[in-house]
Amino acid sequence: MKRSFLLYFLILCISLVFIARLFHLQVIKGTQEDPLYNAAIKVEFDYPERGYVYDRNGKLLVANQLSYDVMVVPNEVQELDTLEFCNLLKIDKEDFTKRLQRAMNYASYLPSVFLKQLAKEDFAFLQEKLHKFHGFYIQKRVIRDYPIRSAANIVGYISEVDEKTARTDEYYQQGELIGKYGIEKQYEAVLRGKKGKKYYRRNRLNKITGPYENGTKDSLAVHGKDITLTIDSNLQQYGELLMKGKRGGIVAIEPSSGEILALITAPTYDPNKMVGRARANNSVLLFNDTIHRPMFDRGLKASYSPGSPFKLVNALIGLQEGIIDESTSFYCYNGYQYGSRKQEFMGCHCDIYGRPIRLHTAISKSCNSYFANTYKRIVEKNNNPEEGLTKWSEHVKSFGLGNYLGYDLPEGDKGLIPDGAYYSRRNKFRWNASTNISNAIGQGEIITTPIQLANVTAAIANRGYFYTPHIVKKIDGKPIQDSAYTLPKQTSIDRKYFDPVIEGMREVFTSGTASWVNIKGIDISGKTGTVENSIRVNGKKVQLEDHSILVAFAPKENPKIALAVFIENGGYGSTIAAPITSLMIEKYLKGEIAKNRQWIEDMMLKKDLYHIYNREILNPDTFEAGTK
Amino acid sequence: MNIYAASFTEENNAIFDFSTKYGKQILWIILSIPIIIFILFINGKFYERFSSIFYLVSLLSLLGLFVFGKEINGAKSWYRFGPVGLQPSEFAKAFTALAIAKLLSDRKYDLGLIKNQIKAFIIIFTPALLIAVHDPGSALVYLAFFFVLNREGLTLAYFVLGVTAIVLFLLTILLGVKTLVISVISLISIYVVYHIYKDSRFLRFSWIKVLALYIISTSFIFSVDYAYNDIIQPHQRDRFEVLLGLTDDTRNIGYNSNQSIQTISSGGGFGKGFLKGDRTQGKFVPEQHTDYIFSTVGEEWGFLGTTIVIILFILLLFRIINRAEQHNNKFGRIYGYGVASVLFFHFVINIGMVIGLLPTVGIPLPFFSYGGSSLWGFTLLLFIFVRLDAHKSYDW
Repeated sequence: MKRSFLLYFLILCISLVFIARLFHLQVIKGTQEDPLYNAAIKVEFDYPERGYVYDRNGKLLVANQLSYDVMVVPNEVQELDTLEFCNLLKIDKEDFTKRLQRAMNYASYLPSVFLKQLAKEDFAFLQEKLHKFHGFYIQKRVIRDYPIRSAANIVGYISEVDEKTARTDEYYQQGELIGKYGIEKQYEAVLRGKKGKKYYRRNRLNKITGPYENGTKDSLAVHGKDITLTIDSNLQQYGELLMKGKRGGIVAIEPSSGEILALITAPTYDPNKMVGRARANNSVLLFNDTIHRPMFDRGLKASYSPGSPFKLVNALIGLQEGIIDESTSFYCYNGYQYGSRKQEFMGCHCDIYGRPIRLHTAISKSCNSYFANTYKRIVEKNNNPEEGLTKWSEHVKSFGLGNYLGYDLPEGDKGLIPDGAYYSRRNKFRWNASTNISNAIGQGEIITTPIQLANVTAAIANRGYFYTPHIVKKIDGKPIQDSAYTLPKQTSIDRKYFDPVIEGMREVFTSGTASWVNIKGIDISGKTGTVENSIRVNGKKVQLEDHSILVAFAPKENPKIALAVFIENGGYGSTIAAPITSLMIEKYLKGEIAKNRQWIEDMMLKKDLYHIYNREILNPDTFEAGTK
Repeated sequence: MNIYAASFTEENNAIFDFSTKYGKQILWIILSIPIIIFILFINGKFYERFSSIFYLVSLLSLLGLFVFGKEINGAKSWYRFGPVGLQPSEFAKAFTALAIAKLLSDRKYDLGLIKNQIKAFIIIFTPALLIAVHDPGSALVYLAFFFVLNREGLTLAYFVLGVTAIVLFLLTILLGVKTLVISVISLISIYVVYHIYKDSRFLRFSWIKVLALYIISTSFIFSVDYAYNDIIQPHQRDRFEVLLGLTDDTRNIGYNSNQSIQTISSGGGFGKGFLKGDRTQGKFVPEQHTDYIFSTVGEEWGFLGTTIVIILFILLLFRIINRAEQHNNKFGRIYGYGVASVLFFHFVINIGMVIGLLPTVGIPLPFFSYGGSSLWGFTLLLFIFVRLDAHKSYDW
C-alpha cells in the first residue's frame, strides 16, 4: 500500500533520530557527571579576600573582615534536638521552622543560608556541637570593613545576590555577596576575585569518603584585585564636614586628567552601617528616608537648572559665533524687556543702571540683561530660530551636557539641553528666542547635574577640552589604560575665546559677587549662581528658597582643581556655596585654612539649613516668595 | 489490544511523598474506566452517524471559551467548574477526527478535486484557528491531519510544500533575509538554466510558472521576516533562537530546555531509580509534570527507560495503522489514521522538545502527562477506535 508507507516511514525515522539523540545525551554525556548537582558529591567554596580600595594617596578606605553564615541543605537534615540548636543560635522554635521552610522552598537539594552572620561569640559554641546537627554547616564569608567613615556614596556596599540571579547565574550561588552600589557594583568583577572550589565524594550515608577525582577538578581561590581611587580622602572628609546640616552635592575634578578628587553628597551616612547583621534594618531606614534621601547621590544625579554659571557657556558660544567680543557692550535697565507686553520683563540685580556693560563686568556682576541680549542674537543669528537654537545646543553639548558623561559609576542623569526640534515639537506657534529667553541665564528648560557642571568648569580651566571624569586611578597597582578616560575631548569653542571669559571669572572673586571669600595668594576664578526653586502645592506654584551654586577652578594658570558646589535652598550663591568652595580650594591647595579665614570656616561648620528644610515640610504655603 | 493497556502508564513529577497531583491523576485514571466502558458499549455505527453533531458541539465549546473561558498560564483555554478544570481543545481533536472521517468516507469523494480539498481544510482548520488564538502550540497538532488526507489521495505536493516552507522559515531566521533571498534566487535560476539546457523551449511554455516561483519564494521570505520580527512574540522568537543556536541563553528562555536536557542526561544508561531522580526532586525542570514529563522518565529510568517508552509508542502507532488498513470501510480506516497521526504528532513534538531538538511548544505527552482533560481526550480518541475496530465486520 503505497500511501500508508509514508506514515510508517516517518514514525520509524523520527524514532530512530530520537533514540540516537537520547543515546548521545544519556549514554555519552550522561556519564560525565555534573558535580554541582550530583548528590554524591559535596562542593565546598572558599571565598577569597575581596579587593581593597585606597584613595589616591594610599589611604585605606575599604578593607575586609570575616563573617560566618550558618548554611543548611534541607534534604540532609535529620532528627535533631531543636531546643538545643535554637539555644545555640539564639532563635526561637518558630523562627527555626520558618527558616527551614524557606530553605526548602528554594531547593531541598541545594545549600541556602539558614542564619546570616553568626555573632562571633556564638560561633565557637556552635562549631563545637555542629556535628550533632546533620545538614547544617558553617560557611566562612568575607564582608567589608570601612576604617574611614566617609565616601559612603562612592564606596557603596555589598549584599546578598537576589534569588533569581542565584538560580540562573553560573557564578553566583544563594547567599553569596555581590556589589550593589557605588564602586562595589561598578567594579564587581575586578574586586570579587574568584572563589575556590573543593569537591568531595560522599557515600549513601552522606559521610565524606574522600576527594572527588583526586582533587583534579578543585580550584584555588583567587584574591580580588585592589583598586586605587582618584579621590583625595582628606578633601572628601573635609567637604563632608562642611556640608553637615545642609543638603546638596560637591564635585571636584582635576582638570588635567579628569580624575574626580571629591564626590560629596549630603546628607550622607557611615558606610559601616551597611555591613553585617545591622544592614537589613539600616538599609530600610536609609532607603525609605524619602525626605532627606541619603542614598540619592546628589553630585551625580541631582538635576535642576544650572542658573548663572551657565552664562559662561553662553558667553563662550557668543564669542565663537562672532555675536560678541570683549568690547561689545549692552545696557541694563534693572532688567531686560524680551517681549512687547509689560510682564515680559526679565529682572536683573547687577545694579548697573543705564551704563554700558562689557563681558567681564557682565560675568563678575552677573548681569542678566547682557546675556539675554547675547542669547537672543545667537538664536536669531540667521533669522531662523530653530536652526540657531540647534546650533547653540550643539555647542552646549560639546561640553558634555545633555547626555551621560560616561564616568565609571553606576548612577547618573542625562540632564536636558533642548534643541530646535524640541521647541518646534512643543510649541504650536512660531517661536523665537524670546519664548525661551530663560535659557540665557541658565533657567528655562536646561537641566544639569553638579558633575556635569564641574566638567564644564574643568573644560574652561583647560581652555577648551576635558577628560571624561573617572573615579578609578589604578587597578591592581597599574594605572588605567582605557582610552575613554585617557584621551581628551574637545569642545567646539576655540582656545582664544576662553581668556576673556576667564578674566571675568577672576573678577567675580576680586570685585564681584564672591569677593568676600577671595583667598590671598590663590587666583580663584569662578561664577556664583542662584537657582530659582518652586514647587506646586495644591495646584498653586509656591516659591521656595533658592538653591545656592558656585563653579570655580584654581589656580588661574595651571589649574589643579575645578569644582561645582550645589546647596539645596541655600539662598544666594555667594552666601553659602561661595565660602564652602573657597574653603575646599584653600584646603586642597594649601593643606590648611589661613588664620584670618578661620571665621569663615567656623561659620560654615555651624551653618544649619534644617530650619528651612523642615519648614518646607510643615507649612509650605506660608513660605514667602524667594528673593532674587 | 493488550498493547493498549501496556502503554497506559501514568506518571507525574514524582515528589518524595504522594502529593495531591499524583492522587488527582489516579482519580482521573479511575474515572476514565467507566468512560472507556461506556465508549465500548455504544454501537460503532453511532459514532459515524453522529460525528457531525459531535464536531459542531466541540466547535461550540471552543467558541464558548471566548466568553466563559478562564485564563490559566496566559491562555484562555479552560472552563472551570469549581475545583475542576476542563480543556475543550483536548476533546476537539477526537471529534474533528470523526468529522473528517465522515466527510471523506463517502465513496464518491475525490480528494483530487480542489473544492473537496477546501472542504476538508475547513473542517480541520476551523477548530485549529479557534484554538490558535490562545494557544498556538496546541493548534499545531491539527497539522497531523495532513497524513490522513494524504492517505486518502491528497497529493504529496502539499507535504513537500509544507516542509519547504518550514525549511525556508528556519533558514530565514538563521541566515537573515538578504542571504536567503540571494541564495534562493540563485537556486531557482540554476534550476531554470538546467531546464533550458535540456529543452530549449522550456522557458516559452513554463515562463509563468518560473516567474511565479520567483515571486512566491521571495515574498514568502520577506513575509517570514516580517512575521518573525513583528508578529511573533519575543518569547516565542527567543525559543527559535535558542533552538538554532543563535543565542546561548541558558538563563531565561533556554532555561527550560537546558534544564530538561541536563535532567535527561543525568539519567545515564540505566537511570537513578524510581523517585530517586535528584533533579526531578530538586524541581529543576519547570512544568515537569505536564510538558516535560519525559525528562523524569529519562532521569529515573535512563536510556533503557526512554528507549523502551519510544518503542512502546512505535508499537502502539504501528498497531493502530495496521488495524486501520484492514478496515474495508473507509470511515474506520480514516478515523484510525486520524488517531495514529494525532498521537504521532504529540509524540514527536513533546519528546523532541524535551530532548532539545525542537523549540518549546506546550503539548502534552499522551497518557503520560498530568492533566485530566488531556487524559480523557486521548482516551476518547483511542477507545472510539478500539470500538470501531472490534467489530469491523460491521463495516460494509
